[in-house]
Amino acid sequence: MSDRSLLSPTGLDVIFGLLGLVAIGSALLVVTTRQIVHAALWLVVSLGAVAGCFLLMTAEFVAWMQVLIYVGAVVVLLLFGLMLTRAPMGRSDDLNTTNWFVGLLVGTSATSVLVVLLADGFRNAMLDVRGAEPTTAAALGESMFRYWVLPFEALSVLLLSALVGAIVLSRAESPVGTEAED
Amino acid sequence: MHLVLPLVLSAALFGIGIFGVLVRRNAILILMSVELMLNGVNISLIAFDVWLDDATHAGQSLAVFVITIAAAEIGLGLAIVLLVYRTRRSIAIDELVDLREQPQAGVRG
Repeated sequence: MSDRSLLSPTGLDVIFGLLGLVAIGSALLVVTTRQIVHAALWLVVSLGAVAGCFLLMTAEFVAWMQVLIYVGAVVVLLLFGLMLTRAPMGRSDDLNTTNWFVGLLVGTSATSVLVVLLADGFRNAMLDVRGAEPTTAAALGESMFRYWVLPFEALSVLLLSALVGAIVLSRAESPVGTEAED
Repeated sequence: MHLVLPLVLSAALFGIGIFGVLVRRNAILILMSVELMLNGVNISLIAFDVWLDDATHAGQSLAVFVITIAAAEIGLGLAIVLLVYRTRRSIAIDELVDLREQPQAGVRG
């Protein structure tokens, strides 16, 4: 592990830094924009940039999972939720609470503590991604079904119960507590 | 590639998510901020997995599990938000104050 300084970046560092800047900038727009639908669309940009970062770190299967599930399914669900709750389409100035500076204080202090801690602890660590094999679906599937079968099965039960719970909650004519009428 | 870069990115996304959860009023925007926090965690999981060169791919498997749990959470969360909207006609979370302690005389509330 050579320890080059951060001031002599490789091309990979530069590309990762640019993708990271895109992710951070669009994430900031998600939490600050005044148009509620734009927040969902900036979330797409941020999650897509994070998927690019996964690709650069040789996590190929997770990157495609990210694109399929987050960009494909989760954002569409969020947009449906915005539609069904009749979210205002134009600018609205009451999207933030009035004590936003407390949130700003907590957010910046949490970020700075984490950044200082991690930058101090892993200052000279290098990711060796040039010679590494990309983690394809085959490689990840083999290790998942060899070492992580029990969490996988527990997760399938969790997904089933979440599905049943969502259906029960969103049945049209049953406010919770009046199950006896049908 | 430096390990510091993905770690700083993950810390920044996590902090932005904290800010969004604390500041936004719309419940769906809060769900979006939770997604940002989960993504920050996923980046550091994958960075450490690649750094440690783990033969069992613990970090990447956990990242896939986190993505799945996030999908389940969004489904359930949106069902709850829609139920709240049907009963209250509003999903601004600072208006949902029925469960808070009622202010008493002489006590600051």
